[in-house]
Amino acid sequence: MIINHPLLGPCDAQEFTYKGDASLINRPDGMAEGAEGAFYDYAYLRDNPAGLHRELWFHEQGDRSWLVVTRNTVTHEITKVELARDVARNMGRST
Amino acid sequence: MRYSGFRVIKEALSGHKGWEPAWRTPEPKPHYDIVIIGGGGHGLATAYYLAKEFHQHKIAVIEKGWIGGGNVGRNTTIIRSNYLLDGNEPFYEFSLKLWEGLEQDFNYNAMVSQRGILNLIHSDAQRDAYIRRGNAMLLNGADAELLSLDQLRREYPFLNFNDARFPIKGGLAQRRGGTVRHDAVAWGYARGADSRGVDILQNCEVTGFRIENGQCKGVETSRGFIGAGKVGVAVAGNSTRVMAQAGMRLPIESHVLQAFVSEGLKPVLPGVITFGAGHFYCSQSDKGGLVFGGDIDGYNSYAQRGNLPVVEDVAEGGMALFPGLGRVRLLRMWGGVMDMSMDGSPIIDRTHIDGLYFNGGWCYGGFKATPASGWCFAHLLATDTPHPTATAYRFDRFARGRMIDEKGMGAQPNLH
Repeated sequence: MIINHPLLGPCDAQEFTYKGDASLINRPDGMAEGAEGAFYDYAYLRDNPAGLHRELWFHEQGDRSWLVVTRNTVTHEITKVELARDVARNMGRST
Repeated sequence: MRYSGFRVIKEALSGHKGWEPAWRTPEPKPHYDIVIIGGGGHGLATAYYLAKEFHQHKIAVIEKGWIGGGNVGRNTTIIRSNYLLDGNEPFYEFSLKLWEGLEQDFNYNAMVSQRGILNLIHSDAQRDAYIRRGNAMLLNGADAELLSLDQLRREYPFLNFNDARFPIKGGLAQRRGGTVRHDAVAWGYARGADSRGVDILQNCEVTGFRIENGQCKGVETSRGFIGAGKVGVAVAGNSTRVMAQAGMRLPIESHVLQAFVSEGLKPVLPGVITFGAGHFYCSQSDKGGLVFGGDIDGYNSYAQRGNLPVVEDVAEGGMALFPGLGRVRLLRMWGGVMDMSMDGSPIIDRTHIDGLYFNGGWCYGGFKATPASGWCFAHLLATDTPHPTATAYRFDRFARGRMIDEKGMGAQPNLH
């Protein structure tokens, strides 16, 4: 698979380390009410869809950026690649 | 019809006109006591043991395609019980004991061959770890044998003992491990279940569950509603998709694992051999092909096919261990979809919905577990209590911190 890095252009997926579902960006607040349940969901449960899947890839042997890749888990086709930093900022997270 | 050598001779003399189909093709009934979703090895084994050992009646197995078309037909056919942890080893040893008597039990030639499995040791630290593992196996009634370098050189002279990076220092052998003709396992269980009255419904895809007041009343399928007193789900690979129809999220990711077969060769491998420094395992089928595999591809996938980097990695592992492999041509390769759980171990448990039971999360070790998985799931379905060897395979072990993590990788499914 080729991942079209937003800054570096097309890169072989072998340069990356796979983390998993992009919802792992949204770490729960450990001080909030119901944090125990929220962390169980966060750490252990997955949507695991057949079809489009937004997922985190780490460019370990490249610029060490985290990417959010939208990929079809049935065909392996990659349709969108974003910097995870931008995705987090767009959700209102601080710089 | 009972299969035997006598029957083969009799049929040979009468033009093979007396053979009957090994199982029926029944129409779905409106209601069953127990419905098993998934006509793979585990689902068929569950139905077989429910009927035979737990004396249940009115059982159906429903399968979206044809039986044995999923991972029971896509694996590398290895059986073994060389696990370390208490939650696992008694279960897998129970499974290996069931393999040993399986063919007589279900009267079908599954070609169970206890040709042994060898895990190679490449460092002193690894020897310590394997001695510990071997002792854990012995404590649980399994067999284990530590092999010295001299023994290995005698039994496996073709291995690359002096590899510069990963020299072979010894091995841990389980002589009772081996291989099985995988398709025959599905067929044998299907035939055994069918002959005891189980309806096997093929081309019948589950499209939803009928759940009323927290009680599962049956399943909606492509062939209409089928009512059920209890529903057992055994669809590893697609567990997430099926259980999502009951509103559940699982501690599982689906990953693709590739396997390979070479051209047929004269006998070269005496048993199953696994590389201890990389991920490579190999056996030789009775047709002569080398059957081998390695790691999962490492990203979520439902594709039943993988990518080339893993092919390269597997080939490199094979060459490091067994340089003669370099002259062998690859004949076929394929992929299967694995339920990778959050600790690398399976789940056989009730759900929060009454009457709905789950069996899955087999990672890439489901084939060897088939008999015990079926037996333990049948035990759970019939008695509502877990089998003594499967008490650890609970849904809530993650929330309670009771993971069964053989590799110590944590909640990162692609590393198990």
